[in-house]
Amino acid sequence: MNNEALKDLLYKMADDALIIGHRNSEWTGIGPMLEEDLAFSSMAQDKIGHAKALYQILHEILGEPEPDKVAFLREENRFKCCQFVELPIGEYDFSLVRQFLFDHAEAVRYDMLTSSSFQPLALLAKKVKGEIKYHVMHADTFLKQLGTGNEESHARMQSALNYAMPYALGIFEKGPFENELIQQGVFAGEEAAKNKWLEKIAPVLQAAGLQLPEISDDKIIYGGRKGFHSEYLKPLLDEMCEVVRLDPVAEW
Amino acid sequence: MSSLDPRVNRLHLKEGATGPVHTNSHLITWEVFHQEKRGRQHVHVGVVHASSPEMALIVAKEAFGRRGKTANLWVVKTEDVYTFQTEDEDMFETTPEKTFRDPADYKVRDRIEKFQKQQLQKV
Repeated sequence: MNNEALKDLLYKMADDALIIGHRNSEWTGIGPMLEEDLAFSSMAQDKIGHAKALYQILHEILGEPEPDKVAFLREENRFKCCQFVELPIGEYDFSLVRQFLFDHAEAVRYDMLTSSSFQPLALLAKKVKGEIKYHVMHADTFLKQLGTGNEESHARMQSALNYAMPYALGIFEKGPFENELIQQGVFAGEEAAKNKWLEKIAPVLQAAGLQLPEISDDKIIYGGRKGFHSEYLKPLLDEMCEVVRLDPVAEW
Repeated sequence: MSSLDPRVNRLHLKEGATGPVHTNSHLITWEVFHQEKRGRQHVHVGVVHASSPEMALIVAKEAFGRRGKTANLWVVKTEDVYTFQTEDEDMFETTPEKTFRDPADYKVRDRIEKFQKQQLQKV
């Protein structure tokens, strides 16, 4: 199996999970209501847990540095997250729409990986299935509630969706090892994932009374997977890594 | 670019920049019952605010199911729970005296043992 191909796949998944987890944790303490503050914070923790599990595989099986090191001590251009996860949390409508689009993509990806020829990833995919099922259920419930709530909530959700969609499609940016991963049965590929994702989100959007915006290929925001990031990633990393970088070898 | 974290940014709010405080008055409350294992009883654990049963379950999951084991949760509209009046508690005042309703009140262990011995002797 090609280790570079595996690393590329694992890093992009782990970095997506770490950055979305950090972003969503920014709602902790200021969520729209206590119960939802708690739920959203718990799910953010779950994402960071997924990131850690993936960094752990990278470390233990593929010889990359320890999870804390790769999470906190890499330069911005070494991160392979898509730009979608970097965007500020905005208002709650955007954060919910992002959760809906991102978590469905993640659910599809992990579901495909349950049959991966790379065992550690197949095992992880089975382990996190239940957590991700809840994340998707949370997103679907809120999307339907607010999409069909009142005029304002509907308009807010639709406009957040219109803004998010070009970024969300960027999740499926192809990497340099696409064919190898498919041929070796590691992962069936971004194109297949995108198509399954579109099938999953369509009925929920319909039930929520929301229109999937048409996005032409040239409007899709790519680059993250190759280390080209939005202006929002750097400040996030500076803040997230501030304490660790004061003394990277400190014992906690 | 300065921090994007709203918790950091809000420290720089101008005087009087905050709007009116919204309460959850448009939401109703739901009683939450937690089941630890399949087949066990559901135990009342608390209350959540939500606008629908689906939303109530979604928020109850993290409020009451994020620690320890959970098999399932129930949510029931608070308004669907019927109770006695608090002042009617006196109806229950004398029950603790009625120990004859408690199996522990019957000292039959010696009789059971005697019976068991007899049975053994027969064999």
